[in-house]
Amino acid sequence: MNIIISNVSETPIYQQLKNQIKEAILTGEIQDGELLPSIRNLANETRVSVLTTRRAYDELEEEGFIKTVHGKGTFAISNNLELLKEARLRQVEEKLLEAYQIGKAIGVTKDDMQTMMNILYDENGGS
Amino acid sequence: MDYVIEINGLEKSYTKGSQILKGIDFKIEKGIVAGFIGMNGAGKTTTIKLMLNLIKKDAGEIKLFGKDLNENEKEIKNRIGIVFDQGYLYEDLKLSDMKKIFAGAYSNWDEDNYKKYITLFQLDEKQRIKQLSKGMKMKFSLALALSHHADLLIMDEPTSGLDPKVRNEFIDMIRTFMEEDGKTVFFSTHITTDLDKIADRIIMLNQGEVILNKEKDVLLEEHALVKGEKQMLNSSNRTQFISLSERGFSFEGLTGQKEKLKREMENALFEKPTIEDVMIAYMER
Repeated sequence: MNIIISNVSETPIYQQLKNQIKEAILTGEIQDGELLPSIRNLANETRVSVLTTRRAYDELEEEGFIKTVHGKGTFAISNNLELLKEARLRQVEEKLLEAYQIGKAIGVTKDDMQTMMNILYDENGGS
Repeated sequence: MDYVIEINGLEKSYTKGSQILKGIDFKIEKGIVAGFIGMNGAGKTTTIKLMLNLIKKDAGEIKLFGKDLNENEKEIKNRIGIVFDQGYLYEDLKLSDMKKIFAGAYSNWDEDNYKKYITLFQLDEKQRIKQLSKGMKMKFSLALALSHHADLLIMDEPTSGLDPKVRNEFIDMIRTFMEEDGKTVFFSTHITTDLDKIADRIIMLNQGEVILNKEKDVLLEEHALVKGEKQMLNSSNRTQFISLSERGFSFEGLTGQKEKLKREMENALFEKPTIEDVMIAYMER
């Protein structure tokens, strides 16, 4: 696993760690069930605080990307619905951003945008 | 969460009426490097001396490894390695004689380990302590502190007066010490660049009170150096600065509410601070 942390980046360090591990799992660079470095090892390797590394691991575990087995270590989990959902969510966010940018350029307000969204949901009978 | 150091309501005064420590509280988790910062006279050395029971506290509680320091002093001290800035080694002794005094004080002294450090640090045991350079003295202190398999390293200004190269070597030694599971380091310093490199948690002491106790990365992410034109300032956003200096037509300040201020001052420049920037801002407040 190749992790590079930028100290000048706007993205918080734990977020950078999280994103890069997630990316490695999503792209298959880290395989399902593969052993990840220990918190201390990863912290040493990346020169990141152990507390920050722990936070990244905790959140990744909460999101279902990794699993810690006491006394054995931390393992990657792929083939998992959560992951797919996450990837899809990212797609949604990208498309929404695109819609927002196009809208903003021609003066669509936040209210207009929300009305359009409401109509979409109403027409499709969902909430 | 396991805490190696737990301090509650610690108070100390040397003369009546002038309190050095005004009831401080903090906890240090197991397995981290904690940096203890503050100006000269803030009470750092007093706190450390109290943590080692070298002086008597007036009030409060000190627990190390989950146990009360007073009731378990011998057992606790066996698990602690100590490095002081100066004045605790006998200058006229040879290194080998100083070592004997230290070795006798610890039940788990490891002579092989000690020899390993002496070779690694290229120390000559036949020399007298006063003949050592400052950097060599620090290394010898570390060799003494690390040779009884301590779980907690407590150091008072270990890097003061050392050149950058020796300071870097010091940091590498701490990293090596931390590689083993469950080791903890607590050290005071005013060389904040050392902390930028190695600390996990920062505790800031000012006039006998803990004014800041945060994970280093959280501290640096919450705060920002803000620069911009003076006309961007108004009575509401001014209050969100911890320190603010205004020049001819520009300003520079440090805020602890980065996200909020960013929305209010879209055109200002926001930069990541160093620990030193944060420390100075809080001291100037």
